[in-house]
Amino acid sequence: MIKIESNWVDLRYLDVLATQHTFIHRLNPCIKLLTTLIFIIMVTSFPKYEITGLLPFFFFPAVLISLGKLPPGPLLKRLILVAPFVVFVGIFNPLFDHTPVAKLGSVIITGGWLSFASITLRLSLTVTAALILVATTGIDAIGSALLKMGVPRIIVVQLLFMHRYLHVLLEEFTRSIQAYSLRSFHGEGVRFRAWGSLLGQLLIRSVDRANRVYQSMLCRGFDGEVRLIRTSTLRISDILYLAGWLVFFLFVRWFNVPQVLGKLLMGGY
Amino acid sequence: MHMADALISPVVGGAMWATTAGIATYAAKKVQHDLDERKVPLMGVLGAFVFAAQMINFTIPGTGSSGHLGGGLLLAILLGPHAAFLTISSILTIQALFFADGGLLSLGCNIINMGFFSCYIAYPFIYKPLVGGTPTQSRLFLASILAAIIGLQIGAFGVVLETLFSGISELPFSTFVLLMQPIHLAIGFFEGLITAIVVSFIVKESPDIIKKAAINQPIGAAPVKRIIVILMIATLFTAGALSWFASSNPDGLEWSIANVIGEEELKAPEGIHGFFAEIQKKIAFLPDYNFKHTDQPAEAEIKEKEAPSWPSVDTGTSVAGIIGSLLTLALVYSIGKGLQHFAK
Repeated sequence: MIKIESNWVDLRYLDVLATQHTFIHRLNPCIKLLTTLIFIIMVTSFPKYEITGLLPFFFFPAVLISLGKLPPGPLLKRLILVAPFVVFVGIFNPLFDHTPVAKLGSVIITGGWLSFASITLRLSLTVTAALILVATTGIDAIGSALLKMGVPRIIVVQLLFMHRYLHVLLEEFTRSIQAYSLRSFHGEGVRFRAWGSLLGQLLIRSVDRANRVYQSMLCRGFDGEVRLIRTSTLRISDILYLAGWLVFFLFVRWFNVPQVLGKLLMGGY
Repeated sequence: MHMADALISPVVGGAMWATTAGIATYAAKKVQHDLDERKVPLMGVLGAFVFAAQMINFTIPGTGSSGHLGGGLLLAILLGPHAAFLTISSILTIQALFFADGGLLSLGCNIINMGFFSCYIAYPFIYKPLVGGTPTQSRLFLASILAAIIGLQIGAFGVVLETLFSGISELPFSTFVLLMQPIHLAIGFFEGLITAIVVSFIVKESPDIIKKAAINQPIGAAPVKRIIVILMIATLFTAGALSWFASSNPDGLEWSIANVIGEEELKAPEGIHGFFAEIQKKIAFLPDYNFKHTDQPAEAEIKEKEAPSWPSVDTGTSVAGIIGSLLTLALVYSIGKGLQHFAK
């Protein structure tokens, strides 16, 4: 109950963020999608013990959050919500990998702890990158980018339809669950006896609604084509944006910047 | 069950992406050929339905805990395998984009684990034959529960294999299997039960919804199935072989360790030659995915320990790495803050 409502709020929030008009929001959606994918591939391509090399990659989300005027709080909240499974799998690394790899004073750090820290960093980077993509682009623009990249039309149309209906259905579901919980006296969750009838009712309602919506769409001239108003052209700024990030990613992928900085400070050179 | 980008390697993610793209294209073709365009809004709405239904808590009698619906099997029963596969792919995409539930690179893995197995394996090979033409209550329950359990078991096993091939997690194969499979046995049972209850309710209340789906053509001809199976095996093999190749690169592990503790010699390059030599050294290296042979993890460990060029564990360089890291993060933060002012 609480979960369904909070998720719905999150969904709407990201949609609202995507309607802003900043430099990042105005960029071509294909370019943004491509940059994000390259970023994720770069981050995941590091060997498992890498920590220092991952840190410069935080520039990417930091810059986008600033320029795209995104609030960091909600992004962090989502990150904490999805972390448990990954942390659960990662926390086994220190148990299985005892190779000593570093020493701090008298404390020996094992490879397992390093790879665990690395997993945590990877998680933060990849999760924020995906959320930022939606919050600065919006689902419609992502849909048009997917079309341009050659994803079959039916898949894209389906995706956009689903996103559109999600708000409608979540609202209806929230109402039904609320009605159910007000009339039942056992707190959270739906009792076994009501499983079929509650979900089944919601399903029948959803299908009826689909038919009604489809009829009204036909009345308004729907021909199976979803047209997006936002036409995205490729501008010089888009190319520069992609090229700039690409150079940055490649540079920090092959040169361990923090390591060099540290050495400079410690007088290593 | 949702895999995150943090635990997979680009090779595994990319291979599964390619497989997913192939199957999705095939499914899209089938759906466009076989269905009237009414189905598209219906797919959208049912996708939204499953998405929302996943957030409802169902109290499990006698345990005090609660479970959620996954919805893969239910969609396959209502829409047929192809449309259901596309719908689940959309659900997972929206989840990855809006809730960061599952990553973008691992989206291919997730679609295979949670969509492909339930729509193209559990539904046509287990559910359909067991249910038969006119389902009785008991047959419906048996078929749903078995199909859901088997579909989820294969899916969970997929998660284990993909994580293993990626080599980011240290969990040994056997431990991971013992963690994943029993949990998903329970989840699968619950999934099957709730699917059966909902379907039997629908059959009573509004039978034409199910009937329409039942008219849906059976799964494509045998050659297609064979192609998909071959594709999957090829994928696993490729991912495995590539990881193997990557890990047999002798410099891989030393290089990565050296990088971590800063033994990598970043000497001031001697003029332009040294600089390019440095770059070449960096580029001519395959990232080390460190795929371990499952039946001899200990041996691999020993080999790693005995690596001749093992860098000496040295406090100074570790500290340098940490100081440099802190500096980098401080820079990230201040540049971000600065840009905020700039954006205003």
